[in-house]
Formats: sequence, C-alpha cells, structure tokens
Amino acid sequence: MTNSRSELTQIVVGIVRDPLGLVGLLIVGSIVFCAIFAAWIAPYDPVAMNIQARLEGPSLAHPLGTDQLGRDTFSRVIMGSQVALKVALPAVFGAMFIGLALGMIAGYGPKWLDNLLMLLFDTLRSFPTVMFALAVVALVGPSLQTVVLVVMATSIPTYARVARTQTLSLRNSEFILAERAMGASVFRILGVHMLPNIIGVLAVLAAMDIPTVIALEAGLSFLGLGVKPPTPSWGALLKDGYALIRQTPWLVVGGGLPVILATLGFTFFGETMRDVVDPKLRKQR
Amino acid sequence: MTEVLLEIDNLSVDYETGRGDLKALRNISFSLNKGEIVGIVGESGCGKSTLISSILRLTAPNTRFREGEVRFKGRNLLNISEQDMRSLRGSDISIVFQDPMQTHNPVLTIGRQMLDIQHRSSATKAEKLHRAAEMLSAVGIPDPQARLKQFPHEFSGGMRQRIAIAMALMSEPDLLIADEPTTALDATLEVQIIEHLRSLQQDMNCAVLFISHHLGVIAELCDRVVVMYAGAVVESGDVREIFGNPKHPYTRRLIDCDPGHIKERARVLPTIPGEVPDLANLPKGCIFRERCDQAMPRCTASVPPLQTIAEITGHRAACWLNHEEMAS
Repeated sequence: MTNSRSELTQIVVGIVRDPLGLVGLLIVGSIVFCAIFAAWIAPYDPVAMNIQARLEGPSLAHPLGTDQLGRDTFSRVIMGSQVALKVALPAVFGAMFIGLALGMIAGYGPKWLDNLLMLLFDTLRSFPTVMFALAVVALVGPSLQTVVLVVMATSIPTYARVARTQTLSLRNSEFILAERAMGASVFRILGVHMLPNIIGVLAVLAAMDIPTVIALEAGLSFLGLGVKPPTPSWGALLKDGYALIRQTPWLVVGGGLPVILATLGFTFFGETMRDVVDPKLRKQR
Repeated sequence: MTEVLLEIDNLSVDYETGRGDLKALRNISFSLNKGEIVGIVGESGCGKSTLISSILRLTAPNTRFREGEVRFKGRNLLNISEQDMRSLRGSDISIVFQDPMQTHNPVLTIGRQMLDIQHRSSATKAEKLHRAAEMLSAVGIPDPQARLKQFPHEFSGGMRQRIAIAMALMSEPDLLIADEPTTALDATLEVQIIEHLRSLQQDMNCAVLFISHHLGVIAELCDRVVVMYAGAVVESGDVREIFGNPKHPYTRRLIDCDPGHIKERARVLPTIPGEVPDLANLPKGCIFRERCDQAMPRCTASVPPLQTIAEITGHRAACWLNHEEMAS
C-alpha cells in the first residue's frame, strides 16, 4: 500500500518506474537544467562574435562549431533552451488555465453563454496559426511576448474545448448530482469536485503541447517572426544553418537536434503522465 | 406524540416535452412523521424519481410544478429561495442513491470527500476526520483510518453503498431519502445494508423515505408504505395491512409477482400483462383499468379517488371496487 505517500510522490514514482517516462523525465530535466544554468554552462558568450573563427567545424574548443559570425553554436544552443522555455511554459500554462476556466464556465453555465464562448473559440481556431502570427507580428512587431501571445490565443480554444466536454459529461454524472443533493454550491462543485477530474487531462494535454509550442517558436523565428536576431533561439539557429547547409551542416544539427529532443522528451513525459495521473490506472500498474 | 416532518400535499408535476405535457405526478398526497420509515413501491416509470427530485428541488429544466405543496417542517419547499433550499440539502434532508459505483468522485479519496461534505461544520480538520472515521465504523467498515486514504475504486459495491450511507447520515439529517439503495447489490449485501440503515436510523431517530421495488425489503424495514402507479398513489397505509390485505388490484398483482411470495414452482414467473399508459396522453378513468382484470364500466367513466378504508391504520386505496364493498 502506498497510502502514506502523497499524490505528487506517487506520480513522480510512477513516471520514473516507466522506462519511457524516465527517458522523458531525463530529457525534460536536462532542458530545464540548461535553461536555468545557461549562463554557467555555456562555455562562451552566445552573442560574442569572432570573425577569425567563423564557420569552424566541430572541435574540442567548439563542440558544435561556430556560425558565420564566429559565435559558438554550442553556447547558442544552451542559451536557446532559455528562449524555448520562456515561450513554451507561459504560453502553455497560461492557455491551459484560461482555457480551463472558460471551458468550465461554458460547460456548466447557461446555454447562451456556452454558445457565445464556443463561437468565439471556433472563430479563433479557424485562423491558421502562422497566418495569425504574421498578422499579429505585422501589427506589433516581433518579440518574445508576441510569440507567447500568439501561441496562447491559438491554443486556448483547444484547452477550453476539452475542459468544456469534460464538464458537460461530469455535470450529469451521478456523483455531481449527489453533491448537489448534499447542498454543495456551484463553486464547490466546480472547484472541489470537477476540477480534479479535469486537470489531469489538461495537464497531459499541456505536457504534450509544449513541444508543439517549442517547434512553433522555432518555426516563427525561422521565418524571422520570432525573437529578434542577436537572441539565440533554436529557430534562429536553424535559419542561419539552413542558409549555409552546404558548407557547415552542423549548424542545422545544432538548431534541429534540441527541437527533436525536446519534442520526444515532453511527449514521453506527457504520455507516461497520462497513465500515471489516473488513480484507477495507477493501481493496476 | 407523532409529529409530521414531510407532507406531500396534492402534488402534481408535469414535464414539458415536444409531445405535450407529460403528467409525471398527479395529485400525490402522503406524509412522513418524525423518525418514521415510509416505503414507496412502484415499477419503473411510476414517478418515484420525479417525486424525489421534487422534494429536493433538483428537477430537470423542463419540469413544471402544476399544483400542490411539499411541506417540510411546515415550510413549502416549492417556494423557498434557492439558497434556503441548498442549506436544507445535505443538512436536514440527505439522500443515498441507487448505484454505489457512481455516487463517489472517482479522483478524490474517501477521506477528502467525507471532509468536503462537512463543509458547513466549523470543526477542525482533525475533528472532521475523526467524525468521518467514526461514521465509517458505524456502517461497519473495518480499519476506517486507513480506509479514509483510499479511492472509491478500491472499495467493493457494498462497501461503497455503506460509505454513501455514512456520508448521507454524517450531518444527522431529519430526513433521509434512500433511492433504491440496495437494487444494485446482491441479496446478502442487501440484508447487511438494511441492518445498518435501520440501526443508524434508530440511533439518530431520522425519518427515512425508502424507495424500492423489492417488496421483501419494504416489508422488513418500513412502518408504512405508499404504492405508486403511473404517477399516482393507488394505495397507502400500514405495511402489514397493505401486504396482508391489499385493497387495490395493482397492489395485489404486485405482491403476486414478488418471487418471495410464490410458493409453487413455476416455469414462468407471473407478470402483470399490458403496459403503463402514456403519461402524455392519459386515458380517461382509472389509470390501471386497461391492465386490471376486475375492471368495471365505472372505471372507464371516472378516476377513483384515494379513499380511506380503515381510519385507525390510515389505509387508503384508489379503486372503485372498495366503494362497492363499502356500499354493500
């Protein structure tokens, strides 16, 4: 029996026990570690140029070589993780919480409010993300905040829809009726009884959404719509590397590999978490 | 001295549907005294659920209260504010539902849920947990301290229903509505649940409205019984009187159909032929007429009123046959 252990410990133990989850956790952990301690890990200043050492191949001094301005690619990759998480975490968690709140209101509130919110979500969703990003960037100019805002706006409907569907199916379930029959208020029903039933699904969705957002940020930076040039972002690295792919293929590797790793890591992590957070599944494992 | 706790007075409830108004409850009247156990029997669709949701005022949006009152401690529940109604639910009036597999939140531990249900109490968390454990042991859950940390799916159906009873009785309500609490359980568990329910009921002296279609359980547990058919009360009275000397053909047929009542071995269990009439399009006269083998011309002409048969026991039945008897 694992009764004495807290919920969180049980989830962590569950993830570590699964080999896929462990790999995911390690990758996610190292990306987060890199982002936090980037300034100490990076061997060189990521924006310091050195024209003498431009476009060097991998060596002991520069494990991933240098770019056309002589900047150390490895240092830029490390610093890039900061940008990736700075975009992905606020965007995903912001979208998750706003989507959760709106979705629960839509699912539990009156019909007209539900219709109104759904209309709003569908309208937002009908814009292709990149087109929407182009429009917003054209209006307010490229920056980290713009990317966060665009990603948030386009992913709120996804979370809201899931939260709404869950709320709808829960609101007619017998245990919610039982709660109402026992005199629980709307806030108690939503906060104490529905939220724990919905948050797990949304957390998994968020974990799997993080790589999408990282890739999206890379994509926008690649198109020159993301973070501004001197800031090292994985997308910007890819863009620089792409232009010089025939001379120095390692630049593309430097930009692409972390994106691939992040995608795999967060996906493994998310999938294992999905199986672990459900108390019913957990006991059977 | 008996004191009336709940009084359903001439209650009629409609459901507004696309086919017209569905007359789910028609002129229901009965009362429940303090500390008394009253059973409600009737087949599916007779309006038992509508009755419960009307008492708790948790009805579907298309419900319309056409006439009548639901008086609880003298107050008409149908016209008090939603806030007042909510403060009654779970404190003065409690409910145990039919399916124990569905009545608990699957992602919260039993302890969390039992804490939450005491949200009105100002006791400390430790006191509330202590009370929860006390209630669990009162319904016969061994090792309650450890059990509080478990999730609903770690309990069997019978245990879950006992937990549901413990949760419903936690606030020491004056009225417990038990909506077929043993239907989803097997026979041995049924006996256990009934035993616990009765002993707790006696300890707390709470009144119980026990809804069931199991006549044996009703006979075992209840003081009085109300027989419902197609949204109306057809017979009510003392439980021994009703089962020993039923005055309505429907009650008689219902008792005949109870497998516990059948003495001889039969290939086919007896049933009542025919179907419950369409409540959106009620036939004229007595609602049971089309399925009744003793129907008379008078039954088609008008609806028989609920007539008192025995004053002392409060036996009442709605059948023209009794009028013949009394006349002769």
